[in-house]
Amino acid sequence: MARPHAGRARPGQWVEIHRVLFQPGERAPQVPPETASVPLEMRVRGFLQGESFARPGDGVTIRTLSGRAVEGTLGETDPAYTHTFGRPVPELMSAGEELSRAL
Amino acid sequence: MLSDYAGVMARRGEIIRRSVGIDYERFESGSIGFDYEGMMREVGYSLEECRRIQREANVGDTPLLHLGRITALARKLAGPDRGAEIYIKDEAANPSGSFKARRAAISVYQACRLGYPGVIAATSGNYGAAVASQATRMGLRCIIVQEAFDSRGIGQPEILEKGRACEAYGAEVVQLTVGPELFAVFLRLLEQTGYFNASLYTPYGIAGIETLGAEIVRQLDRAPDAVVITHAGGGNVTGTARGLRKGGARHTQIIGASVDLTGLHMASDRDFNRKSFTTGHTGFGVPFMTNPDRADVPRNAARALRYLDRYCLVTQGEVFYMTEMLARLEGLERGPAGNTSLAAAFAIAQEMRRDQVVVVQETEYTGAGKHPWAQLNFARRMGVEVRRGDPGGAEPGRLILIPEGPEQVRARDYPLDGARRSLVRNALSRAPGPLSESDIAFLAEETQWSAGCVAEELERAKAK
Repeated sequence: MARPHAGRARPGQWVEIHRVLFQPGERAPQVPPETASVPLEMRVRGFLQGESFARPGDGVTIRTLSGRAVEGTLGETDPAYTHTFGRPVPELMSAGEELSRAL
Repeated sequence: MLSDYAGVMARRGEIIRRSVGIDYERFESGSIGFDYEGMMREVGYSLEECRRIQREANVGDTPLLHLGRITALARKLAGPDRGAEIYIKDEAANPSGSFKARRAAISVYQACRLGYPGVIAATSGNYGAAVASQATRMGLRCIIVQEAFDSRGIGQPEILEKGRACEAYGAEVVQLTVGPELFAVFLRLLEQTGYFNASLYTPYGIAGIETLGAEIVRQLDRAPDAVVITHAGGGNVTGTARGLRKGGARHTQIIGASVDLTGLHMASDRDFNRKSFTTGHTGFGVPFMTNPDRADVPRNAARALRYLDRYCLVTQGEVFYMTEMLARLEGLERGPAGNTSLAAAFAIAQEMRRDQVVVVQETEYTGAGKHPWAQLNFARRMGVEVRRGDPGGAEPGRLILIPEGPEQVRARDYPLDGARRSLVRNALSRAPGPLSESDIAFLAEETQWSAGCVAEELERAKAK
């Protein structure tokens, strides 16, 4: 039986929202063309407000960790941190081996 | 948003005035100069006060480590009479993992004393986590504004880690894509929340670093011959130099070091993720040196050219190589950005005598994202080539070269006289009228030039 709220964020859940603050054409005059042609976007995380479930793409309000109410478009629920170390870098490993024999 | 932007920028003076609690006007001369020392004396905290505030906050009193094996390697390369002793100040030992805790401790203390309910800082660097860490200790709310993504939504791993750390301390993190409009967003937040602007550039922030300089002298029990300090906005150089002097070291050579990112545009959506260093590079280092009053406060307390004796550039590959050297030779794993001055110091030590001492002014913590592997894997993903090679051939944004041996680690001098000329010309372009003798005296202090040299440069500038 399908869970009725699968894929949705429930009220009070930790989510990420985003919002465009400046459209292309509204950008600061000194930015280079590759920046001027894209929007300036904001992302903030907080706890979903309201009483209904929300889907990514919905307009929602969150309460941030500083207590602010911020409106935006719902993105990821329980947004993960995925930055990591990555695969070994052979150039550093060989450098490290050489250095350990250098003295 | 456009009308909001114009409005908030028009109100910037008032917003900043309310959020830092400093009346900058009273130090102004009416012309280009202002009473810098007067401002630092009256607005900042004394060395003893800073020490007390920091001790209560568990900040400072960090270890000064002797890098005996790196020194030995430098001596092997340098020859019989050369190779100064290399020490490193382990600022990673601070809460939040960097020397920024010293600045944050004083700024947040001030915010608390003045009764602000919260603090805001605009930073993609370690300062964010430092402010968040101090704010939560003092019971203040905190918002950190970061430039974190490019327009494809790809985040710089180092900045993402710093955002995570801010959240771990309970701060709200506002993350933006690339652009100078960040300043307007920051102003609007200050206006809406009434929080304190924990700017890097107030006298509080600079005074906080002075304890680092004073500690170096006390721990070495002598004045070092040289101290190498990573330079971005200038606070690090300014605070450390002032602290060294207050600690009695009047002849220590003050050497700034930055990663050379020449050719990359700091407001470019394309270049943003093609660099492996967020701060401590020439994108900040040179503009802030030649035009300090470009910060988020009317007068910048960080004025690097007043203190710098020398400014050296290193490449990204050299800094990653030195990070590996620190781990393999000394058993110290520290974040790469914090090793910028270590890279310069390794080369500079080889120019110095064996009876001399050079101190590397900082380290930073390391972890996911803030690690050479994370940065080099990310660089490759962004289309930057990475290979072993003489770093002289490096191309920021296109090619990172990891030195083939320690002899290829070099510190390249950036001509300070050129920077001094730029500072004088920038000041002249902002002058409301003809310059007076006190303006020239001010510029002499700003550049460490004689009044005669300043006057000559002004003549040359006017002749053009």
